[in-house]
Amino acid sequence: MNLKPETLAEIEAAIPKYPDPRSAVMPLLHAIQKDQGLLTNEAAEWVAKKLGIEPINVLSVITFYPFFRQHKIGKRHIRVCRTLSCAMAGGAKVCDTMLKEFETELNEVSPDGEVTVEFAECLASCGSAPVMLVDEELHENLDVAKAKALCEKIKAEAKA
Amino acid sequence: MAIHPKEQRLILKYADEEGYTPKIDSYMAHGGYDMLKKAVTMEPQSIIDEVKKSGLRGRGGAGFPCGVKWSFVDRKSGKPIYLICNCDESEPGTFKDRQIVHKDPHQLIEGMMISCFANNVAKAFIYIREEMPHGARILDEAILEAKEKGFVGDNVCGSGYSCDIVVHRGAAAYICGEETGLIESLEGKRANPRIKPPYFPAVLGLYNCPTIVNNVETLCNAVHILQMGAEGFAKIGRPNNTGTRIWCVSGGVQRPGYYEVADVTLGELVNDICGGPLPGRKIKAIIPGGSSMKILKNGERYKGKNPDGSEYDWGLEDIPLDYDGIAAAGSMSGSGGMMVLDDSVSIPAALANLMAFYSHESCGQCTPCREGSLWLKKITSRMVHGQARKEDVDLMLSVADQIAGRTICAFGFAVAWPVQSYIAKFEEEFREYAEQLSDPNADRERIKELACNG
Ligand SMILES: Cc1cc2nc3c(=O)[nH]c(=O)nc-3n(C[C@H](O)[C@H](O)[C@H](O)COP(=O)(O)O)c2cc1C
Ligand code: SF4
Ligand code: FES
Repeated sequence: MNLKPETLAEIEAAIPKYPDPRSAVMPLLHAIQKDQGLLTNEAAEWVAKKLGIEPINVLSVITFYPFFRQHKIGKRHIRVCRTLSCAMAGGAKVCDTMLKEFETELNEVSPDGEVTVEFAECLASCGSAPVMLVDEELHENLDVAKAKALCEKIKAEAKA
Repeated sequence: MAIHPKEQRLILKYADEEGYTPKIDSYMAHGGYDMLKKAVTMEPQSIIDEVKKSGLRGRGGAGFPCGVKWSFVDRKSGKPIYLICNCDESEPGTFKDRQIVHKDPHQLIEGMMISCFANNVAKAFIYIREEMPHGARILDEAILEAKEKGFVGDNVCGSGYSCDIVVHRGAAAYICGEETGLIESLEGKRANPRIKPPYFPAVLGLYNCPTIVNNVETLCNAVHILQMGAEGFAKIGRPNNTGTRIWCVSGGVQRPGYYEVADVTLGELVNDICGGPLPGRKIKAIIPGGSSMKILKNGERYKGKNPDGSEYDWGLEDIPLDYDGIAAAGSMSGSGGMMVLDDSVSIPAALANLMAFYSHESCGQCTPCREGSLWLKKITSRMVHGQARKEDVDLMLSVADQIAGRTICAFGFAVAWPVQSYIAKFEEEFREYAEQLSDPNADRERIKELACNG
């Protein structure tokens, strides 16, 4: 495994925080997924060895939590909330806009490789619905026009 | 956000003040950490007694008295005691903990440290959902700041007491909010809730050690209880419903958002504070405390007896907005996440939306929950997409009845209650769907958009 030095440093710092090293599974997976974009079997084995547990213990965590993934996604991760408050406020239209602008389907990598658009469950921002997360950034009070503007911005950033 | 005159703010008092930042200087300029300094000079048991006397009830969902929960902790086992702050905030409709974490993280840290000192905890965790990466970073920075000032870590405020706080990020699973699922997750496993008994966290929690799990807002209240004294705190709100509560309002109102109040009615919150329904709309129903709670229908009357023997006869707007008031109306105040459904909302479509949520989020351990939630998703989905069957309403009720009370954790109720209560109160609307969307005026695009279930 070819991990960046800062990822390795993050991993070394995470383990001693917990009374039991196994508790560090999720922090390690977060760090590796950020570094590599996905979690391979090799990563699962690496984490298992690092923490002194079985690879199946790591795989069972990877496959349980929706945020951990074993497949590649686009460079930007777009998650549009679909739960009730956002749905009442037009979340579905916002999602459709994102799909159309990037000429992609839900959960796919867009043809230009730039984005993957997914639905997410309630993002704990229902008062400013509809909302979406673009990577780590929350966008609130969206509508079709704002969604389009955001797509333009993402495309411009991709070119830069 | 401007503070409405009917609000009474304790927890969010400074959070929205001009110039107030999440930095420790801001917090300390407003008296921050003074209560921790006071706490470490007190007898731990006397802090627990104060919290008990204050009547503080948990803000995470079930409303269990906080001091009583603390007094259940097994202090004789000789094992370390852990405290976990539940910042998973994944109950749909709820967004209050986010405000505290983003705007006033030190209040949470001070509340946690007071709670840790009172309960002899040397290691505490904040379990924060993955979808709040900024929040996690803010907390990490705040803990560093607090360590530098001697409020967290070794020898807290020079008292000889030491306690560390670790921020732990989830990975987008709702069931991590359930306290034993959270504990499993923190142990590095799937978030499969544990069977109670024997796994009551107070006795067999994290690493099978005694553990306290409290919500973010609950823990912040520890600061205010010390500041005001138990009696002063208990004067706010109604007896058995003490202190303020932060309500998160979303859906069909003019001013959605979070509001901290004590002793107001549901009508005051929705109409006065939130500005009432959107122009040209009428309120149809309200989900009072997060999406798992039973729905309240506009126009219903709620009748019963008060503890003093007097009788009440409330409409939706008269319901006192607290644990007991909403319970008397047949629902629960839950996490304080209020969703307002106006007359543009089809109830079966709303249910289809929520069933898509619950079937996605079931941890899968119990067959009734795993299979039942998927069935309910499929039935509600085909219903709103024009393929309802005559038997659907009865089938849904039968499935819901077979989930409720037959599962390891309360998620089972969270799936069943919406089905049971929506059908009980809006049966005609469901029957209309069973007649193949016979209503020619039905706005199918809107219905599909609401269901939003693929
Ligand atoms: C399915 C389910 C999800 C829950 N989600 C949350 C949550 O996101 N945040 C929370 O504080 N409590 C949540 N709870 C309640 C917790 O299990 C627990 O009761 C609470 O954190 C205790 O804190 P309190 O006593 O301070 O309210 C959830 C419960 C269930 C059954
Ligand atoms: S009720 Fe559902 S969420 Fe809870 S333990 Fe059973 S399967 Fe998991
Ligand atoms: S429903 Fe979308 S953020 Fe809660």
